[in-house]
Amino acid sequence: MLYSEKVLDHFSNPRNVGEIEDADGIGEIGNAKCGDIMKMYLKIDDNIITDAKFKTFGCGAAVATSSMATELIKGKSIDDALKLTNQAVVEALDGLPAVKIHCSVLAEQAVRSALSDYYTRQGIDPVPIVGEIKEPEE
Amino acid sequence: MDKRFIYADNAATTAVSEEVIEAMLPYFREGYGNASSIYKLGRDAQRAIEDSRDKVAKALGADPREIFFTSCGSESDNWAIKGTAELMSQKGKKHIVTSVFEHHAVLHTTQYLEKHGFEVTYVPINDKGLIDPEDVKNAIRDDTALVTIMYANNEIGTIQPIDEIATICHEKGVLFHTDAVQAVGHVDIDVHKQGIDMLSLSGHKIHAQKGIGALYVRKGINLPNLIHGGGQERGRRAGTENVPAIVGLGVAIENATRNIADKNEKIIPLRNKLIDGILKLPYTRLNGDRDKRLPGNINISIEGIEGESLLLMLDMNGICASSGSACTSGSLDPSHVLLALGLKHEVAHGSMRLSIEENVSDEDVDYILEVVPKVVGRLREMSPVWEKMMKGEKYE
Repeated sequence: MLYSEKVLDHFSNPRNVGEIEDADGIGEIGNAKCGDIMKMYLKIDDNIITDAKFKTFGCGAAVATSSMATELIKGKSIDDALKLTNQAVVEALDGLPAVKIHCSVLAEQAVRSALSDYYTRQGIDPVPIVGEIKEPEE
Repeated sequence: MDKRFIYADNAATTAVSEEVIEAMLPYFREGYGNASSIYKLGRDAQRAIEDSRDKVAKALGADPREIFFTSCGSESDNWAIKGTAELMSQKGKKHIVTSVFEHHAVLHTTQYLEKHGFEVTYVPINDKGLIDPEDVKNAIRDDTALVTIMYANNEIGTIQPIDEIATICHEKGVLFHTDAVQAVGHVDIDVHKQGIDMLSLSGHKIHAQKGIGALYVRKGINLPNLIHGGGQERGRRAGTENVPAIVGLGVAIENATRNIADKNEKIIPLRNKLIDGILKLPYTRLNGDRDKRLPGNINISIEGIEGESLLLMLDMNGICASSGSACTSGSLDPSHVLLALGLKHEVAHGSMRLSIEENVSDEDVDYILEVVPKVVGRLREMSPVWEKMMKGEKYE
């Protein structure tokens, strides 16, 4: 498995690992059967993501994409975070092996899942804003 | 402890030994002749090949005429299984017995034959990773062409009751092949005494180079030719011989099968120390029988973490290991061997295999036992699965 230096860096020194006690949105995606689970915590103030943390069970790429995704949305507005694509995560990591692209999709979906939870907590239907959350295929 | 480099993946491949390299070098240089040529240069090459064949035969308790050089273990498996299938189907025998946890070189071959009109029975393994010979006996039918059961498993290292299975096959008049790629050099093998009809082996698992293997075929079995062409390997497998690789295999197998008991006496306590040390971690289990396993094999499932991450972290600490995780294979399913043991997918994803040899020192073992808990702790800390386990919640 040929990982880029950036992937290995984000794997060995993952940014933003952990939980946020009083998170405003928590998302979880994946299942242990497939071998990847990402849990994402967001702190949101005035439409700005002030903090993001994650916990991941999965391969090197799963950890690295989670780490990169949190980096890419921290300090951004919700609107910007919703524009985060898996492709952007892949590019920021200087690429991923083809068989690991699904990890970047999981990272994108984990962010959306956390934002979806945020809207639900506000009493707002998340689907028109965030869309449906895609669970990985088994 | 200072960082070390420890190669603990000898079941994947081994380093070519200096002795093997030295034995091979003359056949790249002055001894480059084609073994089929009539002049001295060719005859010398032919003699080197036959010397090596003698060594392989001696190591297995076979007759040199029963040894055929191939390019690898997979080729040997393919030849034995497809060749026997072709041979026996002429007698109307189109059924094969194998096991659920064979190497893919066997499983994918039998699956191929299933698409071509063969029926295959896959006998199960128990929760210790062992085959019950009775299951093999019950699976054999009147139209069974071949029984193929691995000698020792490549992932969990369990050593199968080969003698009993061979006896059953003989009683039933069925040919018996065994993939002994992992076993050669670690257990004593005597094909004639044990009643083995065909046996596959590979050079690079026993300190020869990659790209050389052998198939033992008991005298009297008229296995169809694998490669048609010249008269090499008595016409059964044509193609100009890879003389240096064949010479290397002879030296390697001679070394590997010498003093097996002495080597094991040294390696088994180190293996057991590693097993006991790693099992001190909570939520871990040893995969495969503790005693009926290869002397250097350690296969442990570590719950709450995923195998590829573990391997990457071990690598950062200088330890080369392997895993049955899906992520290391590029597929979604974890190892078929671990699933056949009855492990849940999520547990199988977190497995680690170490395969050590007698060059591993006590200090190396201590180092591994210092590093593994550290990296497991780190991965568990960031694992949502572990978090749920600790809260007593189920993770499905």
